Amino acid sequence: MHSRAERRLPPATAAGLAIATAALGLTGCAATPAADTVTVLNSATDTAEHTANQKFFDRCAKPIGLKVEQISVPADQVASKALRMASSKSLTDILELDGSELPQFAGTEGLRPLKDVGVDTSGFSGSATSLGSYDGTQYGIARSVNSLALIYNTKLLKAAGVTPPTTWAELKTAAKKMTHGSTYGMAFSASPNADGVYQFLPFFWSGGGDEAKLDNGKGEAALQLWKDLVSDGSASKSVVNWNQQDVNDQFVAGRAAMMINGPWQVPVLGAQKKVDWAVARIPVPEAGQDAIPPIGGTVMAVPKNEDRSREKNAGKILNCLNSQKNQLKWGESVNNVPTRAAAARAYAEQNPKLAAFADLVTTARSRTAEVGTRWPVVGDALAGAFQSVLTGRTSPEQALHRAQQQASTGK
Amino acid sequence: MSTFASTAPATKTSGSSAAPARAGSGTRRRGLLRWLFVAPALAYMALFFGYPLVRNIVMSFQHYTPKTYFTGEAPFNGLDNWRAVFSNELFAGSLWHTALFTAGSLLGQFTIGLALAVFFSRRFRLSGLVRAILLLPWLVPMVVSAVVWRRILDQDHGMLNSALHAVGLTEGGVPWLSSPGVALLSAIMVNIWIGIPFNMVILYGGLQEIPRELYEASSLDGASPWRTFRSITLPLLRPVVTVVLVLGFMSTVKILDLILALTSGGPADSTQTLGTVTYQLSFLQLDFGQGAVVGNVLILISAVFAVLYLRANRADFGKGQ
Repeated sequence: MHSRAERRLPPATAAGLAIATAALGLTGCAATPAADTVTVLNSATDTAEHTANQKFFDRCAKPIGLKVEQISVPADQVASKALRMASSKSLTDILELDGSELPQFAGTEGLRPLKDVGVDTSGFSGSATSLGSYDGTQYGIARSVNSLALIYNTKLLKAAGVTPPTTWAELKTAAKKMTHGSTYGMAFSASPNADGVYQFLPFFWSGGGDEAKLDNGKGEAALQLWKDLVSDGSASKSVVNWNQQDVNDQFVAGRAAMMINGPWQVPVLGAQKKVDWAVARIPVPEAGQDAIPPIGGTVMAVPKNEDRSREKNAGKILNCLNSQKNQLKWGESVNNVPTRAAAARAYAEQNPKLAAFADLVTTARSRTAEVGTRWPVVGDALAGAFQSVLTGRTSPEQALHRAQQQASTGK
Repeated sequence: MSTFASTAPATKTSGSSAAPARAGSGTRRRGLLRWLFVAPALAYMALFFGYPLVRNIVMSFQHYTPKTYFTGEAPFNGLDNWRAVFSNELFAGSLWHTALFTAGSLLGQFTIGLALAVFFSRRFRLSGLVRAILLLPWLVPMVVSAVVWRRILDQDHGMLNSALHAVGLTEGGVPWLSSPGVALLSAIMVNIWIGIPFNMVILYGGLQEIPRELYEASSLDGASPWRTFRSITLPLLRPVVTVVLVLGFMSTVKILDLILALTSGGPADSTQTLGTVTYQLSFLQLDFGQGAVVGNVLILISAVFAVLYLRANRADFGKGQ
């Protein structure tokens, strides 16, 4: 693996390298990788995803004489793995984090502003820029983003004689109409973790809710809507225990006529033959308003490195990955929307079925833009609120009041 | 059981053989030699148990955040973490849930495990096969069992509700995992199911060690089965019972994966335990200082039980001599 590099170097350096490599073998893991290798920590543990990623990395690295090595761990372990690597000064050259985790890392001052490593972030959608920013500085760049939409069963809607609902009132009527037998009109995830919080946000924000001031009096309507859907039987009481995967399973099994879900379910939906589906925007409180869904996805960041040339190499790879062409191809391979505005338009044209997602991304909002590193605490408080309302423990008003207290004393 | 029976006299004799005080360098050298043999074990314990323990205690008095991993700086903040954790509503709730979960699980696992062990200790056809089948829950990874149980306990389409409905026991579906009042009970139920094999196997082993003659003697004396169980089986099984209960306690009190996969602590925080709260504080909110506080509380609780266990064992040895 080192042979090609050594041949190009003067003998002395080569010998030095050989000794260094031997020492590396002896001391174990925490050593600097070869100068022409860019290392990446990401969550591509799935073989197909890992291979697809490698293809894009190679396409960018080969022409400039570099190699890319991926270290992939399950998504929920990326942050803790990265922290462990940071404490032993062996963090990778590129760190791919979930957008909601970026502020925690940017706040450590361990990341390099992208501008400083020559990464060009012009022409990106505003929501994608805010997803990778902390305190006004961009530390992370997203190749593609996702959001949530209303996915519906076209046959069931037709049979009930309803069109895809655009307002909350229409949503309630349509869901009620399509609830009979073992089929619920509506399905969503209200689990007490990131899945449920992500799904609650489009309702909370569209209604005027504010994550920095949970009890501003406008978030209650969203809680009431969820509560109504469950208490009149249009949605299962089990939603408090369903993650986004469960919601999709219910929909595919024909037990839900409509669901809230994201474009990452599209491969599963496309592969099944039982249910015909289409995508619509998430309903809003009043006709004519814009839905405000959350923006999600991963961002790539460059940790600070004493060897600035490694940072520069990482920057070059990031620039290439985010060329319009590469973004478009990547977006199509993972069913997410490219973040360059021009690439997003091309994506919507080429994938009319997913156009709703491409539109939503332009109005979508970053979870961490307002509260930054406090997001995990605020997210937990919100989860506590909808869980206690849906299980009938408290009223929406009390729940948000308590959530605000939790969020402000939690830190 | 056999280990305890054999170690007890062994330590006693080695102690008494060293006792004859012939004074002088011989005893001292022998003492030194003894320490030399113990040293590797002590070093190992200090490194792999002592160090993390001390680190965890120190960490609970520090402002330990992601930044610490990059800069190495973790400023001390006195009792701030402790105050924050103890004033967190979630903590009090989780303490109570952990107590219920542990007590309920142990009670269920132990009584059912003991009943099965006694049942299988009489020989009959296919006993081995049935015992092997009963071991299955033990072999399945915890997360897999939890995911399967999540489906079984689903309110609308779960097998358990369908079965209850079919025999006419319940009208509507029981909200096993979707009601705060029932979810903890469901989690306990699943954990009992998971823990039965362990209890059964160890207790069955213990039962095999009880000499058959005692049972013959008691039946000649005309003792009732219940009397035999109370006067012969239970007392002779006592050391094994302590082991089973203490080990069961240790693994139950810190449970995390089962609950995360089953309910994620919900609905409405009704299944939050000390384990899930530590996880939430340390790995989701990345406040390692506060996470360490809950971790310390867990260690303290375990330590109390470990000491009780050691005392109980010492009492046993005393009686044995």
